[in-house]
Amino acid sequence: MKAIIKSRLFWPILVLMLILLINLFFDSSFFSMEIRNGRLTGSLIDILNRGAPLILISIGMTLVIATKGIDLSVGSVIAMSGAIGAMTVASADGTGLGPLLMAIGLSLLICTFVGGWNGLLVSRVGVQPIVATLILMVAGRGVAQLITGGQITTVYYDPYSFIGGGYLLALPFSIFIAAFVFLIAVLLTRKTALGLFIESVGSNPDASRLAGINSKNIMLMVYMFSGFCAGVGGLILSSNVMSADGNNAGLWFELDAILAVVIGGTSLMGGRFYLTGTVIGALIIQSLTTTIYSIGIPAETNLVVKALVVLIVCLLQSPEFRRKVFGFGKVKGAGEQKGKEGATLL
Amino acid sequence: MINRLSLDYKQLPLVATIALFVLMFSFGSLRYTGFLSTQVFLNLFIDNAFLIVIAVGMTFVILSGGIDLSVGSVIALTSMVAASLTMEAQLSPWIVVPVSLLVGTILGMIQGSLIHFYNLQPFIVTLAGMFLARGLSYLISVETISIDHPFFSYMANSQIPLPGNNFISISVVIALIVAAIAIFIAHFTNFGRTVYAIGGSEQSALLMGLPVTRTKILIYTLSGFLASLAGLIFTFYMLSGYGLHANGMELDTIAAVVIGGTLLTGGAGYVAGSVVGVLILGIIQTIIVFEGTLSSWWTKIAIGVLLLLFIVLQRVIVWRSEKKAGTG
Repeated sequence: MKAIIKSRLFWPILVLMLILLINLFFDSSFFSMEIRNGRLTGSLIDILNRGAPLILISIGMTLVIATKGIDLSVGSVIAMSGAIGAMTVASADGTGLGPLLMAIGLSLLICTFVGGWNGLLVSRVGVQPIVATLILMVAGRGVAQLITGGQITTVYYDPYSFIGGGYLLALPFSIFIAAFVFLIAVLLTRKTALGLFIESVGSNPDASRLAGINSKNIMLMVYMFSGFCAGVGGLILSSNVMSADGNNAGLWFELDAILAVVIGGTSLMGGRFYLTGTVIGALIIQSLTTTIYSIGIPAETNLVVKALVVLIVCLLQSPEFRRKVFGFGKVKGAGEQKGKEGATLL
Repeated sequence: MINRLSLDYKQLPLVATIALFVLMFSFGSLRYTGFLSTQVFLNLFIDNAFLIVIAVGMTFVILSGGIDLSVGSVIALTSMVAASLTMEAQLSPWIVVPVSLLVGTILGMIQGSLIHFYNLQPFIVTLAGMFLARGLSYLISVETISIDHPFFSYMANSQIPLPGNNFISISVVIALIVAAIAIFIAHFTNFGRTVYAIGGSEQSALLMGLPVTRTKILIYTLSGFLASLAGLIFTFYMLSGYGLHANGMELDTIAAVVIGGTLLTGGAGYVAGSVVGVLILGIIQTIIVFEGTLSSWWTKIAIGVLLLLFIVLQRVIVWRSEKKAGTG
């Protein structure tokens, strides 16, 4: 039992369960699923489906945060990706797959490239991550509006809707995309040494370089991956609504993604990351949104609830807070943790 | 030698910012008729008075090595509180103004305390503050509340004449007074020196016996207070309260501070630089208006490019001073 409570995933999972149970209280059929027209439907599937873009982007963000960085530009990259994708297929009609593949290829290529731009600024020029990505966050949205001409571009090309609205094996296709990217990320970071490299760069880039790790390329890579994930998320979001809106697509996504990562137990100080925790964090945020809508609380309170959740999660993660509130039981552990943080800081 | 180096390192971004401003203003004057006038210059202040006020507050936060993402939302919340108290509760401005100013001050104080006492990241705490303030303003009302009150109309419309048939607004006077006081605080008080010291190294500041706790909380309280003051100025400017007011303003503010030459790592920069930074953002918009055919998104792209230039400049300066310090 103690081992379970100590697990990093215990609190996030508990919160997720709690939110879902609150739903059950208001709507007794919340957990039920049924197959309609060969598609599995139900609130849980809906949360997974709508949460897929956030999950994707949070996975990219996790690896960036693990290197002690942050990527503020994901929201703008989402807008760019949607704009590029929608503009590529804007003139296409019919059912040929050529334009679709072209749109996907072009969007992902450019998004990975702009992610690499962030990475270059951080790893080669040595700019702080928060500033380096701020540039693209401001300029990227301008570029997205430039691509769409400031209009909301509507797509009339059917295959494009498959990315975000299609079904495979009775499940929404976007779930498969998110699961696929998650699996790749887990395999690459936990089955190869890459994950260890990322963590070591996050806790001390100089020491890692001296130990023979190419810190700069590791950083470059995580930002490229984050750009790629934001690109995929942008395609899903744009395909969901069959349009591209340079102004509003992906607005505040960077904040939700950071929130998901923090809820999942990854520290903003870098050095450790928990991909599964991140996925649960993203699901918590999505189910919170769904709950607020389904219970009938005014949607505007969403922001207040989110604010309180962020604060509570951060306070629970803060050793000082735990020591003050939960008393002496944790003094030893908290002290050790603080000592560790001090060491990585120096 | 070392003295000269540190002077260069601190002042070069500021000099570059002022040079850029002069360059952009001359460019506008040569290209467009009617650009070169005192009133166009004064309009930069009139249209950006609120931005000057928050940029001043943000400068202190960034100097101390922190960041405050909540300022844009605090503007919205203040405008909402002011509008609803004036129009729905029918209170006099003598009550409305102090209460509105308290909104940001209290929020800032809470944020500062959380950041300091629980050792939380400023980034994430003010992010929560940003969500909270915007959510609260939606809770007051989802709709726009327009303000129709003699006091607010007076503040919005009265013009202070200047020689040569030019004028400024009351908001500009407030903003300039705030900037002047802030410059005094930053360079001539214990508080100001402590802010720079914390930005340089919090641990050293603590070991030197400086009042780190009090200063850190005060910095965020000050930033919150100034955000509320900016919110009031913004309310005078728009004559309405709305939950979406000043959306994304925190980014413009950070951009202005960075372009103004303050290092984001903290410890180096000038309040006056941030004021020039705001004017540069203003002049980009003015040029785009004068050009006529350019769309509004070019503002964002231009700000992004300028941010890039200044950040790279900062890096080059730091590199050079490190190199020289290494060889000398």
